[in-house]
Amino acid sequence: MLKEGSNGFRNPSGCAISGIFSKSGRRIPGDKIIKSIRIMHERSNGLGGGFAAYGIYPEFKDQFAFHIFYDHVKAKEECEAYLRNNFLIAFQSEIPTRKHPNICEAPLIWRYFAQPIEARLIEREIDEREFVSRVVTHVNTYIAGAYIFSSGKDVGVFKAVGYPEDVGEFYRLEEYSGYSWTAHGRYPTNTPGWWGGAHPFALLDYTVVHNGEISSYDANRRFIEMFGYKCSLLTDTEVITYIIDYLVRRQGLTMEETASVIAAPFWSVIARKSEEERRQLTFLRNMFAGLLITGPFSIILGFSGGIMALNDRLKLRSMVAGEKGDMAYVASEESAIRIIEPDLDRVWAPSGGEPVIFTLNGGEHKCR
Amino acid sequence: MKNAVKYMGERYVGCGAREGEIIIEGVPGNDLGAYLDGAHITVYGNAQDATGNTMNDGTITIYGNTGDTVGYSMRGGAIYVRGNAGYRAGIHMKASIDKVPTLVIGGHCGSFLGEYQAGGNIIVLGLDSEGIPVGDFCGTGQHGGKIFLRTEKLPDDLPAQVIARQASEEDLSGIMPFIDTFCEKFGVEKDKVISKNFFVLVPNSKNPYKQLYCYN
Repeated sequence: MLKEGSNGFRNPSGCAISGIFSKSGRRIPGDKIIKSIRIMHERSNGLGGGFAAYGIYPEFKDQFAFHIFYDHVKAKEECEAYLRNNFLIAFQSEIPTRKHPNICEAPLIWRYFAQPIEARLIEREIDEREFVSRVVTHVNTYIAGAYIFSSGKDVGVFKAVGYPEDVGEFYRLEEYSGYSWTAHGRYPTNTPGWWGGAHPFALLDYTVVHNGEISSYDANRRFIEMFGYKCSLLTDTEVITYIIDYLVRRQGLTMEETASVIAAPFWSVIARKSEEERRQLTFLRNMFAGLLITGPFSIILGFSGGIMALNDRLKLRSMVAGEKGDMAYVASEESAIRIIEPDLDRVWAPSGGEPVIFTLNGGEHKCR
Repeated sequence: MKNAVKYMGERYVGCGAREGEIIIEGVPGNDLGAYLDGAHITVYGNAQDATGNTMNDGTITIYGNTGDTVGYSMRGGAIYVRGNAGYRAGIHMKASIDKVPTLVIGGHCGSFLGEYQAGGNIIVLGLDSEGIPVGDFCGTGQHGGKIFLRTEKLPDDLPAQVIARQASEEDLSGIMPFIDTFCEKFGVEKDKVISKNFFVLVPNSKNPYKQLYCYN
C-alpha cells in the first residue's frame, strides 16, 4: 500500500463532510448518509470516501470491532497471529462488499470481534482501551501491509478510494443501521489517495472526518509522538484523531475543553473574556500549546454516544448544523442536510472554534 | 412562487448572467450568481457560500440566510439578504468610478465583516437581534468603502486603521435608496429601520497600512 507523502505529490483542495445523529438512539439505515454526502459530489475528486457508524454491531457490542486492510495474505497471517496472541476472537469474517464499477484495487478487508486476553492486561497493568490503542499502533507501525482502520466497540469505519457514494454502495451500508453516522468525501491536497488515507480516521471509538489542511501538522505530530502515538500515515487528519484520544481519554478533558485546546481563541479574544473564562482558556492554551491546530479545518468527531462538530477559529471551512425533532445534522453545505430533511426545526452556522455537540438523551459530553 | 425553479446544492447558478430573472426555491449551491453581470436572482430560502462572488452588475435577493463570503470581491450591483450572513461578508469588495457595489444584510453576520474592503457599501441592520450585529475582527484590513452598522454599541475590537463615527445625514442619504429597496422587497417598516442609530466605519487615511509590514 502506498503511504501518503512518499513521493511528494500534491493535489488541489476541497473535501465534504456530513453527520447524522439520533438523540433518542433510534437506528438509521446507512443509505440516508449516502444520500447526504452524494449531493456534495463536486467537493471530492474520487480519491477517497468513507463512513463511520455507531450502534451497528449490537450483537457484539461488548467486543472491540477491528476492521483491517491487508495488502496480501502474508500480512493477514502475521496480523492474525499477533491478534490471537492478545485477544479472544469471538467472530471474524471478510467485510461484505459488492462489485462496484467505480471501486477497484481493493485490498483484503476483514473484521474481527475480539476481547483482550485478561492476562495481557494484568501483566502490563493497563486497562483494555489503553491496551487496544497500543495494539493498533503496533500493527500499523510494525506489520507491513496490515492496517487497522477501525477499533472501537459497537462502531465501524468503512472507507476506500472512490467517491463516497460509491464507497457506501461498495460496503452495502444500506444493510447497517446506527444511531450516528459520519461521512467524508475526499479531495486530497498534499498527498495521493490510498485506501488507508481515506477518512474517517479512527482510534478506539473516536472517529474523525476532516475538511481542511493543518498548517501545524509537524508541531502537533512532534508533541503527540512523545506520548506513544506514531503518525505512520503522514496525513494530517491522523494526528487530530490521536490528539482527541490523548486529550479526552488520557487527560480526561471534556469535549468543550478539547475544542478550546485545538481551536483555541486568539489571545486578543481571550483578553476580552470574563476573568474566570480568561483563566481557564489561558491555562488550556499554555498547558497544551503544542496541540493547537492552525490552518483551515472543519471536523466531525464521532464518539460512543455523541458527535462533535468543530471549525477552526477563523472559520476557513464551511459548516452548517440543523435539528429536527430528535435528529441532529451537520454538514459542509446546507443542501446535504435539506436533501434528507427538507423541513428543519432549526438551521444555523456555528462560529469558528465553537463546538457543536450532540449526545444521546441523558448522555454526558465527556465520553469515557 | 411563479416561475420558480427548485434547486438543491447546484453550484454556479446564474454565473455571469447578463439579463433576465432567476427565481429559486430550495437551497442553491455555492457561488450563486458568481460574475453576475446584470441579471436578477431571487432565492425563497437560504443560500450557501460565496453568493455573488465577483459579481459585476444586477441584483441578488435572498429571503433567508446566506453562508460565508457573501459578496466576495463584488465590484458592482446589489445583494439583499433578509436574514443572516456567515463569516467574511463583503471580503475584498471594491469600487471604481461608476461601479459601487452594495451589500445589505437584514440580520447579523459572522466575524471578519468587510475584510480587506476596498470600496462599496456594506450595510448590516441587525433587525432580529439586540446587541452588536457583527462578530469579531470587523473591518480588518479595510482600506476603502464604507461599512454601516445599525447598532447602539460598536464592537470593542475594531482595528486601529479604521475610524468609526455616527453616520451623518450625507452618509445615510447615500444608502437610503438601498434601505428603501430592502424594506420594499421584504415588507419591513422603514421607520423601524431608520429609528435606530447607524455607525459608519471607514479607513482612517488613504494608505492606512503603509508601515504595517515594512518601512516603505
